[in-house]
Amino acid sequence: MSLLKLQNVSTFYDKIQALRSVDVTVKEGTIVTILGANGAGKTTMMNTIAGLLKPKEGSIQYLGKDVTGLRPDQLLRKGLALVPEGRGILASMTVLENLEMGAYHRNDAEVNADLEKAMDRFPILRERQSQLGGTLSGGQQQMLAIARVIMSKPKLLLLDEPSMGLAPLIVADIFKIIKEINEAGTTVLLVEQNARQALKVADYGYVLETGKVVASGNAKELLQDDTIKKAYLGH
Amino acid sequence: MLIEQLINGLTLGSIYVVVALGYTLVFGVLNIVNMGHGEIFMFGAFMGVIVTNSLGLPLYVAFLVAIIVTGILGYFLERFALRPLRGKEGVSHLAPLISTIGVSIFLENAAHHFFGAGNQPFRTSFSELNITIGSTTVYYVQILIFVIAILLMFGLTFWLSKTKAGKALRASAENLAVASLLGVNTKRVITQTVIIASAMGGIAGILVGIAFNSVNPQMGLSFGLKGLAIIILGGLGNVRGAMAGGLILGLSETFLVAYGNSGYRDAIAFIAIIVILIVRPQGLFGTSTSKSKG
Repeated sequence: MSLLKLQNVSTFYDKIQALRSVDVTVKEGTIVTILGANGAGKTTMMNTIAGLLKPKEGSIQYLGKDVTGLRPDQLLRKGLALVPEGRGILASMTVLENLEMGAYHRNDAEVNADLEKAMDRFPILRERQSQLGGTLSGGQQQMLAIARVIMSKPKLLLLDEPSMGLAPLIVADIFKIIKEINEAGTTVLLVEQNARQALKVADYGYVLETGKVVASGNAKELLQDDTIKKAYLGH
Repeated sequence: MLIEQLINGLTLGSIYVVVALGYTLVFGVLNIVNMGHGEIFMFGAFMGVIVTNSLGLPLYVAFLVAIIVTGILGYFLERFALRPLRGKEGVSHLAPLISTIGVSIFLENAAHHFFGAGNQPFRTSFSELNITIGSTTVYYVQILIFVIAILLMFGLTFWLSKTKAGKALRASAENLAVASLLGVNTKRVITQTVIIASAMGGIAGILVGIAFNSVNPQMGLSFGLKGLAIIILGGLGNVRGAMAGGLILGLSETFLVAYGNSGYRDAIAFIAIIVILIVRPQGLFGTSTSKSKG
């Protein structure tokens, strides 16, 4: 069953068209990755899905319902969460407060237990819980961003370039965590520059070029595809 | 003498703090200076005069009425002067500033119309009551003002740091897009912030009315400008900065009047701005990096 379905979606910045009639489907339980060069419209697509941008044309269906034009906070309540480009850490709030903000919309009794779980999974966050978010290193901020979004218990998790600016060792860590999150039942839509690693964890992939989907297919096939190899995998 | 001046300075300073907090809250979330805040504050002061002097009701009723009326004014300001300009393509970033100036002109003239242009006294039943310890005289109103201001400061600090709504406000102040991705209805937070800031302005209006025993439609401008000076002094959008800045300004003004030349009293705030902008442009508590608003 498809969890998310973009049909014919076009998004504009003022008069500049950044997405051109994009069709994307994300099946429940999978990891789908969006590849593309800088300026191809990957972030625009993520921000459109998450409700930060409103599409001018087309529709977005999530959980079988039309959610086009809903605000990010309304979508989050339905289980659609985005870790934006640059991670969106609240620099002037503590690590603990950042994690608490992840559970902002929740009122259930398990919030505290989940907070403990998150800090067990990422011990560095427990260690630094009273430090300001802005004082963490890039890798730690990415851990915090992921731990925070898990606090919101997403059904569909959108990650916009989680490996950006991180050391290779930490990148490997991040991909491992993404796999873990997926295995725990969360569907993942992943935007990456790091095409090879993204395709390795993903089930399905789309390639964006100047706002258009120019190729799509099973991740394994895309890894073998000659044009893709040349353009995105560096041979 | 010294202690008396210290008490005077703290009283004045704590009023300034309450005025400045209204500016800083709105600036923090919306990144704009609300030029209508001074006039909303003036309306609060007039509510105090009307309720206590004209209607003869007790002071706490005046506070309640002022909070409600200025809260509503704040709602209207956000709804009609700010919201229509937000997120629209082609709207200059100065537009909200100009439209709040429009609100301030409108409110000042409305006050002329409804309350008259002249000064009105603000007497409370205990205006003249005081206690004398040794050679130091303390008026009850000073204690009242100080206590209310301190309660507001602690209340606001507690609310911002410990409650869910307060944290949502801080998250929104740092980054509206991220806050909404975390599930915060930022539209509601913005409205709520302007209402809270305005209600604090209303309370400050009454405090000023009591302290100076005088209320007039022009008072919004002079106190408004000082409020602005304070948030520049303390760091724009910074709550602690507003508190420190307000107390510093109150104390320095009082001591200048007592030991120096009272004619320069109102200049202090602006001299402080000049010095601060030269030495520490981000303000006492501000951060030097410009924050990005998404």
